[in-house]
Amino acid sequence: MSNGGRERRYRAPIWDEPIVMEMGAPGRRGFVPPATDPELAAATGPREDLVPAAMRRAEPPALPELTEFEVQRHYLHLAQETLGMLGVNLFGTCTMKYNPRLGEHLTARPEIAAVHPLQDEDTMQGTLAAIHGLDLILRELSGMDQFVFQAGGGADAAYTNTCVTRAYYAARGELERRDEVITTIQAHPCNAATAAAAGFKVVTLTLEEDGYPSVEQLRAAVSERTAALMVTNPDDMGIYNPHIKEWVEIVHAAGGLCFYDHANFNGVMGKLRARELGFDACMYMLHKTFGAPKGGGGPAVGAYGCAAELVPFLPRPLVRREGGRFRLERDAPQSVGKVREFWGNVPQIVKAYGWARAMGGDGIEAASDLSVLANNYMEDRLLAIRGVTKSHPQIGARRLEMTRYSLGTLTEETGVTVLDVENRMVDYGVDAPWLSHEPWIVPEPFTPEPGELWSIEDIDYWIDTLARVCEEAYADPELVKTAPHEQVIHRLDAARIDDPDYWATTWRAYLRKHGPRDRVPAGASGA
Amino acid sequence: MDHQVDDSGRRRSTVGLVVNPIAGMGGRVGLGGTDGDARLRRARELGAEPAAPRLAALALGRLAPLRDRLTVLVAPGPMGAAVSAGLGLATTVLGAPPAAATSAADSRAAATAIAAAGADLLLFAGGDGTARDIHDAIGGAVPVLGVPAGVKMYSGVFARNAAAAGDAALDFLSAPGPGRLRAAEVVDVDEDADGPGRVRLYGELRVPAERSRLLAAKSRGAGDAEADLDRLAAAVVAEMEPGRLYLLGPGTTIGRIKERLGVDGGPLSVDAVLDRAAVGSGLGEAGLLALLDQHPRASALLGVVGGQGSLLGRGNQQLSAAVLRRLGADNLTVLAAADKLLALQTQRLHVDTGDPEVDRMLSGYRRVRVAPGRTIVIEVGT
Repeated sequence: MSNGGRERRYRAPIWDEPIVMEMGAPGRRGFVPPATDPELAAATGPREDLVPAAMRRAEPPALPELTEFEVQRHYLHLAQETLGMLGVNLFGTCTMKYNPRLGEHLTARPEIAAVHPLQDEDTMQGTLAAIHGLDLILRELSGMDQFVFQAGGGADAAYTNTCVTRAYYAARGELERRDEVITTIQAHPCNAATAAAAGFKVVTLTLEEDGYPSVEQLRAAVSERTAALMVTNPDDMGIYNPHIKEWVEIVHAAGGLCFYDHANFNGVMGKLRARELGFDACMYMLHKTFGAPKGGGGPAVGAYGCAAELVPFLPRPLVRREGGRFRLERDAPQSVGKVREFWGNVPQIVKAYGWARAMGGDGIEAASDLSVLANNYMEDRLLAIRGVTKSHPQIGARRLEMTRYSLGTLTEETGVTVLDVENRMVDYGVDAPWLSHEPWIVPEPFTPEPGELWSIEDIDYWIDTLARVCEEAYADPELVKTAPHEQVIHRLDAARIDDPDYWATTWRAYLRKHGPRDRVPAGASGA
Repeated sequence: MDHQVDDSGRRRSTVGLVVNPIAGMGGRVGLGGTDGDARLRRARELGAEPAAPRLAALALGRLAPLRDRLTVLVAPGPMGAAVSAGLGLATTVLGAPPAAATSAADSRAAATAIAAAGADLLLFAGGDGTARDIHDAIGGAVPVLGVPAGVKMYSGVFARNAAAAGDAALDFLSAPGPGRLRAAEVVDVDEDADGPGRVRLYGELRVPAERSRLLAAKSRGAGDAEADLDRLAAAVVAEMEPGRLYLLGPGTTIGRIKERLGVDGGPLSVDAVLDRAAVGSGLGEAGLLALLDQHPRASALLGVVGGQGSLLGRGNQQLSAAVLRRLGADNLTVLAAADKLLALQTQRLHVDTGDPEVDRMLSGYRRVRVAPGRTIVIEVGT
């Protein structure tokens, strides 16, 4: 392997423990509270009566009975069986970043962890200051006039935009007529999806010679029915559309609004401001670009910012600063209301604020340079691997922070698919690459993104692993097609993956569909 | 069909194989195809070697992971048995060996025997001519998939290459079902003609809908594209304006609209409706012009033919330059599955009406409807 890298042995721990619902024995307890003090019992009456009869369970819940130690051990083991999520992870479009421990310490403090959104504003000035502080930083990065952090993710922020767009045209009496949102085929699909969810028709532009739709194609799509343009730039092709200012002017001339989805901000952060390009609104993902953790549809934040003209329509509350004091503006007559409860994920906002303050303006720009440099270094090495091609190779423009690749050649020559390669890569303790947004316009796609976090050794190791798996595909395709071999579980049989009678997402559903577990589900065998 | 179940409770599968051993021979030596005895003789004289058996073996070999629960049904000799031998798959040979020089009749007989024996899928190796033979023999009775081995493969029943055909067959046989099928066009190209009129739709077969591997992994249903088109057909019918004439083009996409309206001139036919009732079926240019005389307020609904991205001039020549001039460019509505549109090699649609002025009128960026409320903009040119 190159760069003096050494192939490292890896073998995932296999615990093969039963489902927690099947563990334990009657009478085991994690925590046994002391008996009620007789004086207290005399004062309160029997503790059974503390819960009204109508609200009491007739039968105790069917929970497993385990000691605290057994529960801890079981979940520790499960945490070790995560398919190597602690390896090298170049998961494209997700902009994987390290989440500093400092952020965890800060947000574990009672000023954040114990704050309640309905408590008096005077008792949480520090929390409000952090939210306002990040608002100001994002205004500086985007040129927008106000941010709101309520959305629970990037798609939720895109949805916020479609709600704001709808309210804006309703207020002008144009909503009946303006019923179309224009997007592009490689913009994040949430743009099309959220436009449709808000009741707009979706017009999707297709790629042309330069890797993005032409100005002429946009002109042909824009009309007096255009409500908004929703685009990512660069999109997943990784090529910056240099005509974007003209795009915005064309849409504005037709009376439409323009939304810049900054899902792929890493390649351009600190280099441009959405407002200076003419955009009316934009979105950042704090759990991607701004160093806050992401996780399983959980603690994400889509920071939505807009120009003054749209601020009346934003969800509320907004944090306002008045005379050195912070307060919550809880409502506004034209507000779209809420897209999520309260103010969004405050601990994430605080972590992103900490990240942005630590990086500073120069640091953010340097991180952008690094991610573009790392991606172009990676591209040279990836294209040297047999079976790997770049999406739209005829386009000469440099890709910024990521682009899409294809294993179509490898599949044609060996029968090994990109899913097989993913399954084999995890045998080496690195994470499988992310594939592609819908729709798949290149065969067997994958989209790695090195970002600014990973060292050159990490990037090399990941590429070396892919190269090795591609070599294996040519030498011994069965080895790759039957992977993983060193992982926690073997591959699932996808034959019934869309059969609702087969899959269960709760224990109760499992028992209903399969009965007690003497029958292990077919296709879910251990490695 | 009665499916056996093996010891481990997994269903057994049966795949049929028909090889047209002479397919493709004309192409290698510069002949436009291998149809007809004279062309074949000439191909042999020019030293053509058969390639279809090798390609069929490549595709069939991809089914190795199913070997414990798969039966292969083949015709004898070079049409199948010679190909499947040595692949280590359980094989049943049907019928008597064909004559040394195989004919279209042999392909049809083999397909008929395989369908009668109850195959889950019929793989065939050949070109458009072989596809037409399969169509004549069994129609839509059994799902089929073409291993591209011919000279001309304009039909939509072929996989991208032999390996992809095997992989798609493996995927389908692992989880077969009617929901995994889509209709695909069989076409006939007249090698001796030129310009419009070369390609005509011949019929339809059912092929496994290529399930994107992402879909399999993400547990989304395979029928999304089909469902989109069905909902679109319903929306188009619901939107039809009273008093406006609608010309319904050929093909499977517009066929969904015809089905809803109870208009069925067949997959190749141009039909017409007014106020959701048929006013013409199997129309030619003259019939269309006559209808347009009566009902000048008119629209045409068109699909996209095959994988070539042809919008006009392939299989719908009834919609001639004169008809299109009368309709006007704004009154053409194009419908297509998003996947089909985005899979086009050139990301462009083509018009070839035989009249450069009409071609120009139809050129430019056009919206294609892919689902209710969803359009994709694509460039149309010659």
